[in-house]
Amino acid sequence: MHKQLICINCPKGCIIDVNYDNNKIIDIQGNSCPQGAKYVESELFHPTRMLTSTVRINNGIHNMLSVQTDKPIPKEMIFPIMKELKKVKVDAPIHINDIIIENVLNTGVNIIATRSMEIK
Amino acid sequence: MLNKDLIIIGGGSGGLCAAISAKKQGINDILILEQDQEAGGILNQCIHNGFGLHTFKEELTGPAFAQRLKDEAKQLNIPIWLNTNVTKVTKDKIVTCINDNGLWQIKAKAIIFTVGCYERSLGAIMTPGTRPSGIYTAGQAQKYLNQDGYLVGKDIFILGSGDIGLIMARRMVLEGAKVHGVAEIMPYSNGLKRNIVQCLNDYDIPLYLSHTVSKIIGKDKLEAIEISPVDKNLKIIPNSAKRFKVDTLLLSVGLIPENSLIQDLNIPLDKKTKGPIVDENLQFYDGMFAAGNGLHVHDLVDYVANEATQAGINAYHYLNNNLSKGKLHKIINKDNIGYCLPQQFHEDAKPFKLSFRVTKPISKAKIQFYDNDNLIKEIIKLNLFPAEMITININDDILNKINNDLSIKVVEINA
Repeated sequence: MHKQLICINCPKGCIIDVNYDNNKIIDIQGNSCPQGAKYVESELFHPTRMLTSTVRINNGIHNMLSVQTDKPIPKEMIFPIMKELKKVKVDAPIHINDIIIENVLNTGVNIIATRSMEIK
Repeated sequence: MLNKDLIIIGGGSGGLCAAISAKKQGINDILILEQDQEAGGILNQCIHNGFGLHTFKEELTGPAFAQRLKDEAKQLNIPIWLNTNVTKVTKDKIVTCINDNGLWQIKAKAIIFTVGCYERSLGAIMTPGTRPSGIYTAGQAQKYLNQDGYLVGKDIFILGSGDIGLIMARRMVLEGAKVHGVAEIMPYSNGLKRNIVQCLNDYDIPLYLSHTVSKIIGKDKLEAIEISPVDKNLKIIPNSAKRFKVDTLLLSVGLIPENSLIQDLNIPLDKKTKGPIVDENLQFYDGMFAAGNGLHVHDLVDYVANEATQAGINAYHYLNNNLSKGKLHKIINKDNIGYCLPQQFHEDAKPFKLSFRVTKPISKAKIQFYDNDNLIKEIIKLNLFPAEMITININDDILNKINNDLSIKVVEINA
């Protein structure tokens, strides 16, 4: 089978042509770095995404604290994890990289803060 | 009156990078003036990742990128006045600003303008129809959602396929809204390819190329919009409208450098970039420098960081009377060039970076440099897009051959 994919690792967005069968890449062309090959493999057989979002925070300068998954998650976990984030409310102060939810929905992935926020 | 060696207007990514580099060079007496309640600028609301691959060699979210700069500025003891609005700058470099502590006049030896840009709004695009509530710029909706925690609507349509529009399409889907589509007047998207994939394709959001919003419907609250295809001259093709029942229209239709302070100085702006006209030192008037999105709109914050870092270095050389000063050569944009920066350079210029945008997508091109009509250098480049700024080093091989103005042309090579 043949597929054309656009690598999302960096803003360059290489257009990659790949030939593959059921579970194996036969050849790939168009990637300008090894990350591209990794992306194609993952995208074809077990697509993942980084998830960034927000959770509510008390006493911060904003109502919301920005967070992200510390590793890519399987694509189908995006909406279940979004639901979990809605249940959370944290208190300032928060330091960048603080764990907000540990091992979210047993994915082995933590939700971490992407900024520090002092008390208002 | 207070005195400062260097005042930096704007404490976003550009201002922080300029301050950090100026301090590292050896300017000690620096003050950043920031209008918001925190430094970091627009990055604070850009919670998605993809920032910093060039600057930090890792992929960060906007807030995390800003955090690193804020932490570094703090470590270097660079003072930042928050909630401070600059109201006036004079040619002898007196900066007037206002904050909770009063009205201030500060005399600076050098000033760096890292003032950022603002979003084009509905008033700028003359869409037919009514003017109900429910129409926002994408960045406005982004701030309401990511910092304040309010989703502005449930059924969304987005006009313009710039990156903020694409990012907001995904963001609003994740928060439970339905995004009915994105219309782009050009036959190609202005956003990064990765954002088309992970923001639109991932969530089956249709992208209507060569389409624009042709009607806004609704008395008090937005009820529906219509989109229509456009012809080659970007004119709406009549009787071909498609209607979408939506409560929200987001506009992602371009950014404009915010240069009211410079306009008040009666210093002309570049008609294309809407920013000041700078030399190779990013200087537009004696001791006044500009960098970041206030100079021209950048694709990536990494490029803002590079440019602002350079402005900080240049301000240091200026204070030490060490900047190139001779006669100025103009840089003239010829075929297929939208704009070019800097717009001029000194005859004794050291090698510098030249940035430009093409006016249309070109798959293979010769970039030609001329001294008046004499071709002095030619470079082959592949895959040029208007949305992607192209940077070329102008080295001595070009500089030594320039006696007049430098003209630049992009010549399409047909495969």
